Parts: sequence; structure tokens; C-alpha cells
Amino acid sequence: MRTGVPSVAQSRAGAVPRKLTTRLSASDRAFRSVARAGGIVVLVLLGLVGSFLFYRASQALHKAGWSFLTTQAWNPNGGGFGIAAVIVGTILIALVAVVVAVPLSLGTSLYISEYAPRSIQRFLVSIVDLMAAVPSVVFGLWGAFLVQWHIVSLSRWIHDWLGWIPLFKVDGVTSHDPQPTATAYTSSTFIAGIVVALMITPIASSIMREAFSQAPPGEREGAYALGATRWGMIRVVVLPFGAGAMIGGTMLGLGRALGETIAVVMIISPVFVIQPHLLQHGTSSISALIALQYLEATPFAVSALMAAGLALFGLTLVVNIIAAVIVSRSRSGAVSEA
Amino acid sequence: MSVVDHPVPAGSRPAATDVGQPSDEASLPRTMVPSRPGARPPMQRRQISGVRREDVLAFAGAAASALATTALLWTQLAPFTGVFGYIVVSWLLFVLIYALLVAFDSSRPTVRDRIASAIVHSLAFVVLVALVLVVVYTVIKGWDALGHVNFYTQDMHSTTPRDPLTKGGVLYAMVGTLIEVGIAMAVAVPLGLLAAVFLNEVPGRLNRLVRTVVDAMTALPDIVAGLFIYATLILIFHLQLSGLAAACALAVTVVSIICRAAYVVLRLVPGGLTEASYALGSGHWRTVWHVTLPTARSGLATAVILGAARAIGETSPVLLTAGATFYFNFNPVNGPMMSLPLAAYTLVANPEPNYIARGFGSAVVLLLLVLVLFGIARMIGGQGAGQLTSRQLRRLMAASRRDMARYNPQAIASHNVAQASGTRATDYGGAGG
Repeated sequence: MRTGVPSVAQSRAGAVPRKLTTRLSASDRAFRSVARAGGIVVLVLLGLVGSFLFYRASQALHKAGWSFLTTQAWNPNGGGFGIAAVIVGTILIALVAVVVAVPLSLGTSLYISEYAPRSIQRFLVSIVDLMAAVPSVVFGLWGAFLVQWHIVSLSRWIHDWLGWIPLFKVDGVTSHDPQPTATAYTSSTFIAGIVVALMITPIASSIMREAFSQAPPGEREGAYALGATRWGMIRVVVLPFGAGAMIGGTMLGLGRALGETIAVVMIISPVFVIQPHLLQHGTSSISALIALQYLEATPFAVSALMAAGLALFGLTLVVNIIAAVIVSRSRSGAVSEA
Repeated sequence: MSVVDHPVPAGSRPAATDVGQPSDEASLPRTMVPSRPGARPPMQRRQISGVRREDVLAFAGAAASALATTALLWTQLAPFTGVFGYIVVSWLLFVLIYALLVAFDSSRPTVRDRIASAIVHSLAFVVLVALVLVVVYTVIKGWDALGHVNFYTQDMHSTTPRDPLTKGGVLYAMVGTLIEVGIAMAVAVPLGLLAAVFLNEVPGRLNRLVRTVVDAMTALPDIVAGLFIYATLILIFHLQLSGLAAACALAVTVVSIICRAAYVVLRLVPGGLTEASYALGSGHWRTVWHVTLPTARSGLATAVILGAARAIGETSPVLLTAGATFYFNFNPVNGPMMSLPLAAYTLVANPEPNYIARGFGSAVVLLLLVLVLFGIARMIGGQGAGQLTSRQLRRLMAASRRDMARYNPQAIASHNVAQASGTRATDYGGAGG
């Protein structure tokens, strides 16, 4: 007699895979149902916000029709109303903010991850995160009371020398006006954009820094070994590695800039025409529209504001989704919180 | 020496026949150490970091020259004015001159490296200066108001715009902020954490739906959340403008943020830990309660505290729902209630300088609150999930040893004996916790 390995056919004959069942204990069942209830409550709550927004907005949209997208004025109680002016203002402010914030956040994140001495790196990270936590009303105060009056001279300078570009034109003031009215340049898209830029810089910068600091050390050393300077190493290793996070962080910042309210309200003075001139006094944004108009609003006007809010929400949602996809593709692991 | 100087592969050595037999030295080929003209000097380590004298000179020279040139431009040559423009132009000149100076004695990649380094340093500096300016400017403008005790002990109901700073304060706004944020967090924290646990622990179709909705709602602009509460609670259910409405608006704003952040933290709990718990026979609930949540405790605390900081700083939802007032109001369901950001916002809208000072003062108080919360979050959330401080580790080990003693008193005795004799005893780690 000898031991043999049973052939596969033998062992498989008539063997049925064992059925695995789990019977949850009472406490586990209770836990699952409580957790599920929590999930459902959050779902219902947030779903309610979204669907109510849709419902109320649809009343206004139904009445306004397609002109909602093309009308510039905002007179929901009589006459037409539309978001053409405010949405252009919103996007322009956000774009100015992004154009200013991208170099700032790129520089900050590169400095923290590549140039800063190791001993102060953690401290700098805390500082940037703290900047993200500064309430927007504080930024608004700062922008309205301090920055505005210093930026005005820059606005004037840009207008004097680059005024021939349509974007930088200012109606009513000629270039090199020896006695310009100072208020011609205040409360402009440009100033609001700069203040919002400082609010979104920490957000974009922390996402970029996280990606930069994860650039593979082997490739860094390789670049140095081949004789690269520090900037050479950054250009061929760190920046390509963090490219996705750079775009994603910028998009997240853009999403935040689109929805920013208080700082914008404190700076701009609202006008309801499409205002493509960045430096000129007066602009508007959807969030500022809501913050300034809700009090005098009739129920229908609230619906109209809801429709504007819905448009804003749609805009930020699209931007955030694109950002999340790009950020999560750029590195495996957790998506950073917005 | 010989190894370095004979780069001859081992296989191609000259034939070994020469070595074995004595032979005539002159006629037969043999390996020789080639002589070099002049011995190499001892190698010196190349310095790859640190500051050279040339770098400092180039930097200082460029800075001085840029400042001087701009000063010349500003005062003598061109009709430029303004501090801001002065800084910008001298910075541009500095980069140019610096590049030129470096180019005198370095290659082009080095020049590029120096320019990039100068730009990166300046950009980071600008951001730092901006942050410092935000804080310092707010403190300076609010300083007059902050210096008076009544600022922290009174409300504003009897303060007319022309009253001096010795009258009126923002205590009522601090109280309002605490009440509103307290209610909002009492609603949002349990809900957000529960939903995060649900997202992490109970898979299924519902899970995906909840996650999608939570992710989408983090994009909801805060003003729209405020508008929602305004349109439902106030216009439809005829609630007054009140602290409760503001708290609801804040809760809607932060619940998705807390849920999202907590979910990300929970996902980082190492799978090995939970699986070890399952392998030891504990059920789902016990695993979550005793393993997952304690492991992620610091991260969850950070998520909650940062959510609170966000809720405290939010102005726009409160603006729509709380209503501004100058009176103390401790009752969240009745009458308008002021909060700090709203106080800052409304006070500076008044042109009276004393009101503006009070507005900045409340902004400083707000900033301090956020700073304290942020500091606490930093202290708690220093480590990632599962990493313990040495104190926590000691406590855990002590607990484990107690368990061991309880389960098997002999084992601990033998453990001690074994440790004394230098061998390793069987490890009875406490499975409880």
C-alpha cells in the first residue's frame, strides 16, 4: 500500500463548493441598521436641498424660459430677469483669482516641498493650512479696507499702459489721465479676483505640495546623479509627477472661487450688465446677487434667486467633479477633502 | 590602488603559465603597474550644498543695483509713483541683474536654476506676507476696540454710532456664535460621522448613492445652503429669522464636509487591523467600535474640529438666516441672533470709525477662535491612523499585560522568567482592548 496524491478528477467528482453564510448577531444587525439610517438621513437631507433647489428654481425657469440665460437685468417682479451678467461676472472673478493664485500656489508648494529647510517644513505646512481656515469675512475686511487702495494704483498703471487691450479698458477714463477719479478703479472684478485668489491659494497649494512631496526619491536622485541642478530636477521629475495634482488643485480652487460670497460682496459694487472690463468699477456675481437681493425678494423672486443659485451649484459641481477625477487619477489613495 | 588602475577583467589575465615556472625576466611579458607622471593629490570632497561667497555677492549686488535703479527711475527719470509699483519694478530688475551676474561665472543651466530659485522663493514670500498682513492688519484696525473691557462684556443695543469705544461690545455675538455653532455641530457631527461609518462599513447600492450625493454636496456654495434654509424654514414654515435657522444652515453646510473628511480618514485604517479583529472572532459592530474608530480617533477629531472652524467662520448662510441684531439673545428659536462673522460684516458697513473698529475687533476674536480650534486640531491630528505616541503605546502595553495576567497568571510568570533568561516566551497578546 502506498499513499498517492488523489487525481484532480477524483477529488472534484461530486464535490460542491461549500456554501458560506454569515448570520449576523443582533448587535451587528442593529449596528448596520443604525449606520444605514445615518446614511439615509444624510442622503435625504442633502437630497432634499438639491431637489428643493431644483423644484423652486424650475418655477422661475419655467416663466423665464431660455431668456434666463441671455437676459442681463435682474427684475424678477416685473420685466425680465436672467443670469447673463452675473454669471459672466462670477466666471471673470474666478478666472482672475485662478490666474493670480496658480503661480502663487505653485511657488508656495514648490518652496515648501523642495526649497525650504527640513526643520521649518512642518511649520510652513501648518501656516498654509491655517490660511485656508481664515474666515472669508476677514479676507473681505482686508480686501475692502487695505488691498483695494493699493491695487488701485496697479489698476491705473495697467490701464495706462495696456489699456488698448479690450479686457483692460475702463469706460469714462482715458489712459494717462492726469487727474483720474480714484473711484473709477475701485470695486472692480480685478480687485475682487485678487482677494479671492489669496483665499484659494492655500487650497490649491496644499494639494500640489502633497503631490510634489510624493515624487519618487529614486528619480530625484537619478536626476541629480546625471548632473541636474535643483531646478533641472524639479522640471524633469517633480513637475511631471505632480502635473495631475496641479490641474486638479487649480480646479478645486476654481470651484471655491466661483462660490465665494462674503469677500466678493464686501468689495464689488453690483451692476447688472455684462462687464468685461476687469479694471472698471462695478461687477457682479451670483453669490453676491443672492446675498444682496434675498431680503426684498417676493416668493417668486426667491425662486428666481434659487434658479441663479442652481446655476452656480451646477457650475461648481462640474468643476469639482473634474477636479476630483483629475486629482484621484494623478495619485492612488485618498482624495483630499475640498 | 592596483584594482583601480588595472581595469582588466578577471578572465583575460595573462596566461598563468608564466607564474608557475621560473623564467627569464627580461624576455617574457609580464603585468606591470603603469607609472603616472606625478602622483594624484589627495581627493577632496566636493561641497554640494552651502553658500559660496560668489552667491552672496551676486545676490547682494543684484539687490542693491535693482533698488538703486528703481529709485532713480522713480525720483528722477520717469513719472512713476506708488510703493506697489516700486516693489514690482525693483523685483523684476533684481531677477534680471541677478541672472546677468550669475551668468558671468556659471553655465546656462545654473543661471536658469538661480532664476527659478529666486522666483519660487519670492512667490512663497508673497503668500507668507499676505497671510501676515491679513492677520496683522485686522489686529491693528481692531486694536482700539480690543483694548476696552466692555468690548467683551456688553452688547450694542444702547450704543449709538457716535458713542466712544468705551461703550458697547460684542459679547452677544460671541454667545450667538457659540449657540449657533453648538447646535449645528450637535446635528452635523453625529450625522456626518454615522454616515461616514456607513460609507466605510456597509457596502451596497445605497452606499454608492450616498457617497455620490455627499461628494456632490461638498460643492454646494454656502450661500445656496443659506438660501435653502431661508426658502424652507423661514418662508414656508414661517420660522423667524433666528439662531436655530442659522444653525440649520450651518449644519447643512458642514455635514457633507465632515462626512467626507471622516470617510477619508476611516478609509486609511489599516485593513490588517480590522481583519485581525475578525480573525479573533469579533463581530462587525465590535470591530468598528473597538478597532476602526479608536484607530482613526485622531483623524476623526481633526475632521470634526476643522468642520467646527469652518462653521464658525461661515458668514453667508448666517447672513440669510440669523438676522442682525444689537441685543443679547440666548434663545435660539425666538428672534434674530448675532454671530461674530455677521457682526464683523454689519459693523463695518457703517461709516463711523468706532463701528469699523468694533467690526475689526470682532473679526480678531473670530480669528482667535479659529486659531485655537486649528491649534487643537493640529495637536490631536498630528499622527496618522494607527500611529501611536509613546505614551499611548505604553498605556496599550500595560493594558495588554493586565489582560495577560487575567487570562493566564502562569503565562505571565513564565514570561517574566523567560525574559530574565533571555529567551522569548509565547506571546499572549490581549485580544480584548
